[in-house]
Amino acid sequence: MDAKPEKLNEVVLQGNEACAKGALYAGCRFFAGYPITPSTEIIEMMSAEMQKAGGAFIQMEDEIGSACAIIGARWGGSKAMTATSGPGYTLMQEAIGFAAVTETPIVIVNVQRGGPSTGQPTLSSQQDIYQARYGSHGDYGIIVLAPSSVQEMYDFTIRAFELAEQFRTPVILLADEVVGHMREKITIREGQKEIKREKHKYVVSPQADFFQGANSMVEGQLHDEQGRRIGHIASRSGDFINSINRKIRDHVDVISSIDSYCMEDADVAIVAYGSVARPSMNAVKHARGIRDDRLGPKFKIFRDILKRGVNKTLHTDYSHLKVGLVKINTVWPFPEELLKQATERVDTVIVPEMNVGKYTREVERALKDKTVISMPKCGGDIHTPTEILDRILEVTGLEEEER
Amino acid sequence: MNRLYEKYIKKEALPTLFCPGCGNGIIQVAAMEAMEKLGCKDDVACVSGIGCSSWIPCYYKLDVIHTMHGRALPFAEGLKLSRPDKKILVFTGDGDCVAIGGNHLLHAAARNIDLTVVMVNNNIYGMTGGQKSPTTPLEAKTKTSPYGCIDMPIDACSLVANLGASYVARWTTAHPVQLAKSIAEGMEHNGFSFIEVFSQCPVQAGKNIWGEKDPAKIMEIYKKNTFLVKPEPEALKGNSIPEKCDGKYPIGVFINNPEAVEYLDKVEAKLIECGVR
Repeated sequence: MDAKPEKLNEVVLQGNEACAKGALYAGCRFFAGYPITPSTEIIEMMSAEMQKAGGAFIQMEDEIGSACAIIGARWGGSKAMTATSGPGYTLMQEAIGFAAVTETPIVIVNVQRGGPSTGQPTLSSQQDIYQARYGSHGDYGIIVLAPSSVQEMYDFTIRAFELAEQFRTPVILLADEVVGHMREKITIREGQKEIKREKHKYVVSPQADFFQGANSMVEGQLHDEQGRRIGHIASRSGDFINSINRKIRDHVDVISSIDSYCMEDADVAIVAYGSVARPSMNAVKHARGIRDDRLGPKFKIFRDILKRGVNKTLHTDYSHLKVGLVKINTVWPFPEELLKQATERVDTVIVPEMNVGKYTREVERALKDKTVISMPKCGGDIHTPTEILDRILEVTGLEEEER
Repeated sequence: MNRLYEKYIKKEALPTLFCPGCGNGIIQVAAMEAMEKLGCKDDVACVSGIGCSSWIPCYYKLDVIHTMHGRALPFAEGLKLSRPDKKILVFTGDGDCVAIGGNHLLHAAARNIDLTVVMVNNNIYGMTGGQKSPTTPLEAKTKTSPYGCIDMPIDACSLVANLGASYVARWTTAHPVQLAKSIAEGMEHNGFSFIEVFSQCPVQAGKNIWGEKDPAKIMEIYKKNTFLVKPEPEALKGNSIPEKCDGKYPIGVFINNPEAVEYLDKVEAKLIECGVR
């Protein structure tokens, strides 16, 4: 989209910092937030950098206030974002519904921690996968991206702003403590990306940004094209609800993104999203004999020895497993067609996730003809590659045969 | 339709959803007169919460956000920070502003951010059918205080004055001229301006609180229950408002302090001080 060639910089950043940098690059010029572990680094960086970029920053009195402030700022014409976690994300739900119904393009980052309630402030989870989709009351469509690396924290934040403007909808960046707090070398860009505003293409009730003489009416009640309330008219309200759902659902092909890895000849697929895609990727590499320089092998082996014993850790051979990975980048709307295509060849699909096994239901629904195995893990600890591989051996019954 | 209406009211949105005799119409006109007096229509956006009074700006030919219950102030703060050059007029009710939105009110007042807040106080939850609000008088019988209200009513003017609001006034719907003048002063004032209006709800508060359904008679009660104060110039720069006297509420302009530094100015000064700007 940019005319000028951009300067690229390689830097080591924390995931949360990369998210803040990505937002600034995407043209975010308003940030309101409230500190909460493990997302706090985002508000900290924004408090220092936002005003340097010519934007506005405010620390609000709570998370609802933060979500409301960014909606207000977006109608003032500033691209806006907030970041939170766990209980703060729950508090924001009413405002997310308001943004959906008023078609306000905002970005909300949820660096997931363990729940429910105060839960596990310092540990990771993917327990908010359904809240991200269905958290606010009523029926609405929404876009949710799940980054699995620091680079993706940066890239997906930029993508979130693009999708928000394109579809006039709130977009959730569903990160987690692992990607939020890890540090990696990534490539970032200088300057600012020009994000096109496609005003009318996917909009049900197009209202202009404020102070253009358009007399925009931003209304939380169900409304017509001019923002006038129609909440008391059943037939028209039904049309409105269908429209704000369909504008996302019917364009799932435009929104969706997945990455496939070693799927060409795979018999078993791991379907993963967010940070769990990392050990899943390592599992695939391990089985395929691909050396991963980024692995800290000694530490991983030490951890596995403690958990599994020396024999099992050092002498299990996974090389006969034809396993591949499908990493889902846009978890909502559910990328059904892409997933079907990517897993066409395989019979067995394993879905590791850091919750009680929620997303598995979606995968099961889409891949009815395959064996879909859930691999839930709760408690704040991410899956290890060998855990995933062992599970594959277990479910495919290959372990005994090969030994 | 008179000229003011032609200019400010969206005909296609009429009729309003206000009950006959509601005080909201008086306040709606007062705010129109204030904007007309300042000639600032193009530079005004309205933000409101949920409740009867929050429908007031929805009929204006202006940019309006009709937000969530209790959250008008954070929306307004975001909008103001995004467009510091514009005037933001907030309409809210006693339940919206003091109960569910109480925390936001405290912080917006303490920041002294440049917003003009018109809090329409009808002493009751009107839209939901007449339940106790944070300003319902003691002993008043409502749908949710059938044995009489025991919660001490909250004085929002006193609250925001204590926290640092730099323009605070209270009027009733029986004082439309003074109200319009106060809204204009509040919009001109650079800082958090808070204007409370006692406004009759003949349908819900009339039945439950005043024992009187005639709007004109409720306005008479307001007149009897209030007394006009004119604080000394020094007191106008303070942070407390005149006390209630014989159970009567003071009305008038209590605080008008142009010297108090506004939030965005504070931000700007700090950025300059630290070499960011």
